[in-house]
Amino acid sequence: MEFISNLVSMPWLDYSISGLVIGSIYALMAIGLALIFGVANLINFAHGAVFTVGSYIGWTCLVALHLPLGVSIVLVALGTGIVGALIEWLAIRPLNRQSRIAPLLSTIGVGLILDQVIHIVFSPTPRALSANIPNWRIQVGNGTIGPIDITIALTAILSAGLLYLFLYKTKLGMAVRATAQDDDAAKQMGVNINRVNMTVFGIAGALGGIAGLLVGLYFNSIDPNASFQMMLKGMVAIVIGGMANVPGAIGGGLILGLIESYGIGLFGASYRNLFAFAVLLIMLLFRPNGLFARKGERHAEPMTGTFVSQSKPVRIPKQLILALVVVALLLPMANQPYITQIMTNAYLYGLAALALTLVSGTVGLVSIGHAALLALGAYASALATTKGLPVGLGLIFGGLFAGIVGTVLAYPAFRLRGHYVAIGTLALGEIVALVILNWTPVTNGALGVFAIPPLELFGVPLYGTNQSYWFVLGLLLVFCGLQVRLLNSHLGRTWRAIREDTVAAETYGISSNYYKGLAFGFAGFTAGIAGAVTAHQWSFINYDSFNLQFSVLILTMVLLGGMGNVSGAVLGAIVIAALPEFFRAVAEYRMLFYGAALIILIRFRPQGLLGSG
Amino acid sequence: MSDQPILTATGITRRFGGITAVDQVNLHVHEGEFLSVIGPNGAGKTTLFNLISGQDRMNGGTVTLDGRDITNMRPHKMAEIGVARTFQHGRVFGNLTVMDNVLVGCHTRMKAARSSVPVVAPVLEILKALIRPASVRAEEEAMRAEAREIIATFGERLTPRIDNPTYSLSYANRRRVEIARALALHPRILILDEPTAGMNESETAEMQEIIAGLKAEGRTILLIEHKLNMVMQLSDRVMAMDNGRVISEGKPYEVRNDPKVIEAYLGHSTIGGGRPASGDPDEGSAVGVARTRCDAPVAGQFTLAGGSQ
Repeated sequence: MEFISNLVSMPWLDYSISGLVIGSIYALMAIGLALIFGVANLINFAHGAVFTVGSYIGWTCLVALHLPLGVSIVLVALGTGIVGALIEWLAIRPLNRQSRIAPLLSTIGVGLILDQVIHIVFSPTPRALSANIPNWRIQVGNGTIGPIDITIALTAILSAGLLYLFLYKTKLGMAVRATAQDDDAAKQMGVNINRVNMTVFGIAGALGGIAGLLVGLYFNSIDPNASFQMMLKGMVAIVIGGMANVPGAIGGGLILGLIESYGIGLFGASYRNLFAFAVLLIMLLFRPNGLFARKGERHAEPMTGTFVSQSKPVRIPKQLILALVVVALLLPMANQPYITQIMTNAYLYGLAALALTLVSGTVGLVSIGHAALLALGAYASALATTKGLPVGLGLIFGGLFAGIVGTVLAYPAFRLRGHYVAIGTLALGEIVALVILNWTPVTNGALGVFAIPPLELFGVPLYGTNQSYWFVLGLLLVFCGLQVRLLNSHLGRTWRAIREDTVAAETYGISSNYYKGLAFGFAGFTAGIAGAVTAHQWSFINYDSFNLQFSVLILTMVLLGGMGNVSGAVLGAIVIAALPEFFRAVAEYRMLFYGAALIILIRFRPQGLLGSG
Repeated sequence: MSDQPILTATGITRRFGGITAVDQVNLHVHEGEFLSVIGPNGAGKTTLFNLISGQDRMNGGTVTLDGRDITNMRPHKMAEIGVARTFQHGRVFGNLTVMDNVLVGCHTRMKAARSSVPVVAPVLEILKALIRPASVRAEEEAMRAEAREIIATFGERLTPRIDNPTYSLSYANRRRVEIARALALHPRILILDEPTAGMNESETAEMQEIIAGLKAEGRTILLIEHKLNMVMQLSDRVMAMDNGRVISEGKPYEVRNDPKVIEAYLGHSTIGGGRPASGDPDEGSAVGVARTRCDAPVAGQFTLAGGSQ
């Protein structure tokens, strides 16, 4: 009823204006992403960080140096343009298109580094940004328009106009369009692809930076943690518009802005981001080629086929594994509780990485929403045990819940391929977090679940440092053993066949959805237990305990060890989770370390330390 | 050969945008029959096979297998009922060994390892893979033994490389793996899409021998091939396509000598002046030359075109 009355009484014009204003900022983000997708066939996950860099350059110009707005906009565009070009030069070009998912992962690394640098230089707290813009407003119907709205709209239109002139009236612009259509043909006609790519990354960076400044002006504040959300808004806009379609990106941005604005009017602001993800999922499922694609047109499927580099995994001798297990079992005897705790933590990451390496490495569904599976398991066990279920059963319940619900949620993403899987899983991860945040009666909302009972197994307490160490190590070893056994069965070759060539696998009677579901179910069970154990160890969890950063971290571990490689997942987890702890100085700049590790790894050893399985 | 065709396709049509790639094609194969489809590049042969084997969905028409309607059935269901195909450009699973590639072909026949119990099938399949009861182990062993046998039919080509990943194999060997994988399915119908594309003369001759062996076993085979000598020697019946339509059908020599077929290969009288400059169409013209060449049993292969699309 409240909804109906909201619908009737909503000041539609006001919401439309703010929707269009925000939408034009999304459009600026989306144009950059679409241009890059066009020439490099890549979703630039660092684009959000470029946006944040733009807002901070803008703050420096406007607040610290008191420069006029016009000059500031130009400086922001120049600064982030250079950042964009550098990303192409340092993180994309050296990869030389070695595998199709590599540049995407590399941009994730760049994003982590840029964000951390901003945190270090400007502190992680938001700042005010004011530009001495006059305070008058014009009455339009029952809404108003202020100078800031006009500034944003004008800047966006001007930027789009300049881009149009560049693309259609200059030779380099023509080269960009040619490369977007067929880069091989363009290369043969003498187009310098590297120059085109760098130019496009530069332009995209400039537009993203301007968007960062404008958002800062609109809300009167800038936030160093906004990167990811903005990147996502841009991505949703290009999915609406049709990926490489620049006018489509503008339309997609405006549509998304309007949907968000109306949605907030109807349901409230805490749902703001849910709309973007819901739109994203609906688009991926029903119109993966975008709203503006002509019907019946056959689009080349991006990023199909193998992404796992052709390599043989390193075979570790049985004796060595046995020796390492013995060392691991004896570790608590060293009486170094700090090290024991760090390793317990690393093994839990290892359990999560084990699950991810199965779906992303063995089956080939690169997931950036893996944290959601842990969150499902953690919440299921935490909520059940705080209501009286024994912890031992709670862990199993958490595993089963994550396995079943995770598979059901991920099922729609099974028909997606390549980059779209990454986007889809990312959206799923965020949706799970947002549902946890907003479904207060069940999940306790933003407060989280506290006083979760400590680890114990049917009366036997496991919360001592050593006991929990052995328990988690035992879990890890058991699940490693189970996964190796599965990989050696007919399931192993069936999953790998799907990864290598889904069409050929289907032709030989393999229902890819069914076997992807099996893998997701088992991985969900593993990850759910990992999440549940974590919850009982921490005794407190909330919607942000297992966030995107967590997902990226696990993915980095899996890549480090080698996609699909069981011992690689464990090794990757230990290296990434434990190493920074031992070097206190590095621990401060953890994300810098992760980002750099990701980029260097993809550049120099894409098959991971132990090779792909 | 029985009277009732095993596979019947009626009025198959597939349009891409404004182009009709396959236009009202009828096709039937009898049990144990060897049917070849020939035609110039872009005639719609591969598209037709894609429609029959479920890789693509048709805009119109019906396909039946043993009287059962299988129109637009999903590819993995097609495999379950015994339709196996190879791909024009070879699609092996690069990071899998030769053995594993062939074992994937056995997938539809795995009864013990898989489960068809509703609802709990996924759980059962995982549990069986973990516990490996005797029946599952015995089945896996039987499949492996059979896979080794199939691989051995390719002589010393594949057997020494049985545990090598297929990305390390030569192009010709990958095509052989593909055929081995298809045979492992125990197909009711075997669909071969240019099995000798990209092979040299001796490799082609070897492949032809293997295919002749399959025919001698009484298998039902559908073949797309450009090497006409091979088509003439192997086929019971030949169908020629051009522009998405069937232009000729019948005994190999009938089709080969059909003027419509020769015109399709050597130029269209309607498009771009396919007729040669010299006045007389039979003396010294391209068509005449073609006829002589087709008739002459040249030692090598007369390849009209290499690889379509």
